[in-house]
Amino acid sequence: MTAFIKEIEVQDLRLAYDSKEILHGITFDVFRNEILAVIGPAQSGKTSMLRCLNRTIDFTASATVSGTIRVAGEDVRKTKDIFALRRKIGMVAPLPTGLPLTIYENVAFAPRCSGLSRKADLDPIVERCLRQAALWDEVKDRLASLGTALSGGQQQRLTIARALSHQPEILCLDEFSIAIDPVTTMRIEDVLKELRREITIVLVTNLTQQARRLSDRTMFLWDGEIVEIDRTEVIFSGQPRSERTRDYVSGVFG
Amino acid sequence: MRFERTPRVAGKERAEAVAKAVFALMAAAMVVPLVLIVSYLVYMAWPSLGWEFIVDVPRRGMTDGGIWPAFVGTLYLVGISLLVSAPVGVLAAVYLNEYAKDNWFNRAVHLAVINLAGVPSIVHALFGLGAFVYAARFGYSILSAALTLAIMTLPVIIASTREALASVPMAFREACWNVGATRWQTIRAVVLPNSISGILTGVILQVSRAAGETAPVMFTGAVFFKSVERGELFPYGLREQCMALSMHLYTLATQVPNVKESLPYATAVVLLGSVLLVNATAIALRVWLRGRKRW
Repeated sequence: MTAFIKEIEVQDLRLAYDSKEILHGITFDVFRNEILAVIGPAQSGKTSMLRCLNRTIDFTASATVSGTIRVAGEDVRKTKDIFALRRKIGMVAPLPTGLPLTIYENVAFAPRCSGLSRKADLDPIVERCLRQAALWDEVKDRLASLGTALSGGQQQRLTIARALSHQPEILCLDEFSIAIDPVTTMRIEDVLKELRREITIVLVTNLTQQARRLSDRTMFLWDGEIVEIDRTEVIFSGQPRSERTRDYVSGVFG
Repeated sequence: MRFERTPRVAGKERAEAVAKAVFALMAAAMVVPLVLIVSYLVYMAWPSLGWEFIVDVPRRGMTDGGIWPAFVGTLYLVGISLLVSAPVGVLAAVYLNEYAKDNWFNRAVHLAVINLAGVPSIVHALFGLGAFVYAARFGYSILSAALTLAIMTLPVIIASTREALASVPMAFREACWNVGATRWQTIRAVVLPNSISGILTGVILQVSRAAGETAPVMFTGAVFFKSVERGELFPYGLREQCMALSMHLYTLATQVPNVKESLPYATAVVLLGSVLLVNATAIALRVWLRGRKRW
């Protein structure tokens, strides 16, 4: 970690679906070039929180959001160009989602959406992203075949390549490893360790050991509230501030 | 542990056999009338059937000859109605499925579409008579009749298109939105290419429905007889009246005395044949496009 520049600032974020409040006012920062792990049981609001960051929560009509979120200093709820905001944040969903396009077009899709169309512009982006996602060697000879025909682990790396294709400054991964095997998971973890030199990573995960392996800091979210956020060594030291954290990371519950 | 055939198991097997037989019987019962109808029609129509029957005009006070004016008239009506209802229906469905928020207005539209799809064709006929023939002053014409057919097929096209769009997994859309694609970019790149087979099938099935309906065209633009050259390709103007197959069949069967016996049957065979041909095209298209489905 170089300097402690705040890449994301979340203040008193509240989110409700209809009248059911999911996030009860959470406040935290993400520093530039760190990996922040977010752990917590299902239904604790992890995915919803990510959807607030890039405002894809807007697509859920029943959601109401309050509080402020700043990404690189800009209030995301007042941003003029929501598409630029989403390009600034790479988002990787839990289930591998190859788009029903060719491998090449899966990665070229986002650049195309932002206006690039010349092959000379797109080719280097596709190659760079597929290399960054550790997929290039496996698919370089069949870029014209379908992304949906790849195996689950390959599709997840394709999803990561796509998330990198719009040159995001932040990469959010939402339980990226639940549908893939441990070997592929380790390969992607290596990828993330490489990437963190360039970008900021928010890693939502159900695997507490994954948080321990990868992250600089860990946030424990439980039932829409932050129980504890601290340096990962502290969280896993056996003596975190909260007893609930200790129980959760040591497997007593959850 | 031993696997024994207890009386309870035997009972279950019996029930299974009975259920299967009943279901199979019902499925077969569906095919029997179809085969009977088609073979009876073809048998009765046989003396008149042939290419000549289609391209010739009615002769001797409609008691002999062919059906060309009615055949072309139906092509006109169906073609023009489809030119209106397909684009309007598909675009409306894209709006409803991809853009519309869940508010009272869109719920009202949705409800209207479903209810309109269930309105009997005679009611559409009356609506067409009032709206197009009189209010819009199109008169009794191909235009009025085609628009009436369009109104009739529109809600079904909207419903089937929505279904096709909804079959594209939500995850694809979310993946596109996550990389900063607009809704339209998402629809164009991912949603439409993967729902086009369902959309086309829905539209094509409405062709056969439009071709077969009698009441809507009878009230708004189809006539008893119209003098047309044999095999003439463009005999009608938009504001003229025309003959139509469905109406012609009705006329031959009930209005004209001393018709050659095979004539109405042959007309029915041509109508049925065209409809089946269109449906077969729809199925072929579906199979072909499904082969190209990409997930």
